[in-house]
Amino acid sequence: MSLARNIIQGDIRAIARAMTWIENEHEAKEQLIDEIFPDCGRATVWGITGPPGAGKSTLTDQLITRERRQGRKVGIIAVDPSSPFSGGAILGDRLRMQQHATDDGVFIRSMASRGHLGGVAGSTGDAVKVLDAAGFDTIIVETIGVGQTEIEVMGMADIVLLVLVPGLGDEIQALKAGVMEIGDLFVINKADRDDAGKIKAEVEYVLGLKYAENMAAKNPVLMVSALTGQGIDDLHHSLYSYLNLIRSSGTLEQRRRDRLAGELRTIAAAKIEALVHYHLDFEDRLDSWVEMLYSRKESPYGLMNGRIESLIKELTDK
Amino acid sequence: MAKKIRILIGKPGLDGHDRGAKYIARALKDAGYEVVYTGIRQSPEAIARTAVQEDVDFVGLSLLSGAHNELFPEVIRQLKQEKADDIIVFGGGVIPDDDIPGLTAAGIEAVFTPGTPIKDVIAFIEANRERVESK
Repeated sequence: MSLARNIIQGDIRAIARAMTWIENEHEAKEQLIDEIFPDCGRATVWGITGPPGAGKSTLTDQLITRERRQGRKVGIIAVDPSSPFSGGAILGDRLRMQQHATDDGVFIRSMASRGHLGGVAGSTGDAVKVLDAAGFDTIIVETIGVGQTEIEVMGMADIVLLVLVPGLGDEIQALKAGVMEIGDLFVINKADRDDAGKIKAEVEYVLGLKYAENMAAKNPVLMVSALTGQGIDDLHHSLYSYLNLIRSSGTLEQRRRDRLAGELRTIAAAKIEALVHYHLDFEDRLDSWVEMLYSRKESPYGLMNGRIESLIKELTDK
Repeated sequence: MAKKIRILIGKPGLDGHDRGAKYIARALKDAGYEVVYTGIRQSPEAIARTAVQEDVDFVGLSLLSGAHNELFPEVIRQLKQEKADDIIVFGGGVIPDDDIPGLTAAGIEAVFTPGTPIKDVIAFIEANRERVESK
């Protein structure tokens, strides 16, 4: 039996092995994704993002419990950073979720970012497809601890939870572009801290400016303690209300179309780059090109434009 | 295909002494491996199921309570039950020399006692690289 068929039947070893194939760019990866693709598109994908130590994994653990109580199967992809020096990684997110390790309705996979910079791994999108085809109802993508620009989870999730904690700065930080703009739900964790109310007020203020014309569309801001469970039921409820809202407004469908467009762009860019590199004989000629630039005999754009023009000519003449 | 070796480091049983486990997790990260760290107080079943979901090549068990003769072989048994007995299991902690032959017979492929240099652990993993890359 093929790996794809085993995945669709929910076989745990097959799901796990497929993710390894995807991460390692196995030669059969593309065929595998194409085989499971017709069975994808049924799961709801949540993104959970926020700075390091905000409590994303602990919150994920709590949300898994709520989903299981309602009978849904949950797949989790938890991303942690790879070392820029050794390439190794400590994947420690699932430590907070180990109470679910022996539950057949929960599958947790840790992924190292392997040099990818968007807050997820380059292969996270395809790993989501495996869980989707395997029949998980809810898929949670937990990003690495993010700063201000790691927003790629937005492109793979139906809904994004941005987890914030007290003590990271004033309202000017909340005004800035980037990560602060991608949350559908704003979750203020560690609500027992003295200054938690202040950060809630700051986020509410910034959202108030953004939605001044249409306050009904303002994103929910929720105070929780992932450690004690305080506020998690309300958060879970708000999450489903928000999902219903974006489903009925057509936003969800648009996001899913945008996701497919984004995936095609990524695939096209990677394939074209590989093709051009191959036909230009890029790696072998690079040293001599560098010499031409170093001695100022050539300029960078002129050199590359010339090479690409002659390549196109060569290919069309064939 | 660029294979990245993945290693689970976990502590079965009830002792909370995790310095050794954390030390080895960090050292293996620095050696370029991807280390899934499950933390303390894991049941053998939880360790085996985690190993399967994470598709790791090795499972490293750390234990200082003295229950290694029961818990290490139980992890092997659980892995067999999950049809994952291709995963290589090694152990560490305060383990008397007399217990090592019994653990080896049960399928624990290496036992590292206190004071073992980290390079010995890395040498063990590298000696098995071909085996895990061929599966």
